[in-house]
Amino acid sequence: MTPTIPPHQLQLNEQGQLRHFLTTEGLSRELLTEILDTADSFVSVGKQQVKKVPLLRGKTVVNLFFENSTRTRTTFELAAKRLSADVLNINISASSTSKGESLMDMLWNLEYMDSDMFIVRHGDSGAPHFIAEFVCPHVAVINAGDGRHAHPTQAMLDMYTIRRHKGAFENLTVAIIGDILHSRVARSQIHALTALGAREIRVIGPKTPIPEDIESLGVKVFYNMAQGLHDVDVISTLRLQERDGICPAAQ
Amino acid sequence: MTMPEVEPLLAAMTATLQQRIAALPKAPVMVGIHSGGAWIAERLHQALQLEQPLGLLDISFYRDDFEGKGLHPSVKPSVLPFAIDDQHVILVDDVVMSGRTIRAALNELFDYGRPASVLLAALVDLPQRQLPIQPDVAGIRMDLQPGQRVKLAGPAPLTLTLVDR
Repeated sequence: MTPTIPPHQLQLNEQGQLRHFLTTEGLSRELLTEILDTADSFVSVGKQQVKKVPLLRGKTVVNLFFENSTRTRTTFELAAKRLSADVLNINISASSTSKGESLMDMLWNLEYMDSDMFIVRHGDSGAPHFIAEFVCPHVAVINAGDGRHAHPTQAMLDMYTIRRHKGAFENLTVAIIGDILHSRVARSQIHALTALGAREIRVIGPKTPIPEDIESLGVKVFYNMAQGLHDVDVISTLRLQERDGICPAAQ
Repeated sequence: MTMPEVEPLLAAMTATLQQRIAALPKAPVMVGIHSGGAWIAERLHQALQLEQPLGLLDISFYRDDFEGKGLHPSVKPSVLPFAIDDQHVILVDDVVMSGRTIRAALNELFDYGRPASVLLAALVDLPQRQLPIQPDVAGIRMDLQPGQRVKLAGPAPLTLTLVDR
């Protein structure tokens, strides 16, 4: 089974609404703005004495984390619980998936438990896309980070933060600094910023972690920090992660 | 059917509410339901010169028809700039018909705390209830034909129109 449908087609239904959320690539400004507006409306929920609204009552959300994560998993869990969904957390280390059960066996099992949504974090690029293509029609898939490909929800959170502080995107110059090569967050940020109409997007870093073809995404590349930061409105920093193998301390 | 002017209805509601408030052991707080209820609440809040700022509820997350209709893209955050616990709350909406919006508003209100009492004020009472909920103070009661509804336009000027479906 090989995925065949491009993610930006797979994640939209016939009315152009999200039925999965796999990538920010190919999504319209209107859709991204709607996501930000919807997020805005939930701000008051945390201020309630009972920090819960009944929107997803009776729905079952499965956190499928094939790669370790604390912040992403707990925030997805908390968000689902505050929307009144039932939550299953499944941490799948490499050893337990190799017990003989295939990925699809496990997914079908979870589907038969009447799950409504899979939140997928995976070390391999394209894994959530693969899952979205083969799940039952009633199950929605959200990408919580896949390999070097995309991390759409993190990017949307960053867009939300930018909008809260700056209001609009049109006049913004945004610099993304660090290991762009291994960063799914940077890629998702670039697609979202482009769709939302940011004036200029820069990536700054030494040559090694800047992908050669990155300019094809419409960004400006700077190898000099001082030049790159000149006149920027927003700075997004990416940390070097040991798992990506270029962290100097690890070598 | 000719639609009534809103201003005299607001004046009558203000007078009735003044009597109700005088009977309360302490000053009440007012909460309007987005969006028509909030317009009415703003006017009543001003006329009654209530001390506490006006609260606003958007009950979209508490609706019982979310499954069919989905979430409206322009949901506003609810703003309750006071503690609800032990307060006498005047809950305000523009039109009370089935009672379902009020059910949702009460649910949301109780997620913020335990009010001492809740008094329901509505500009228009359309007695087509599906739930045991009645306004304590109503500007006007209207008996409509099946399929007819009343819509409030605003915020300035506030006007009522009859909608035939």
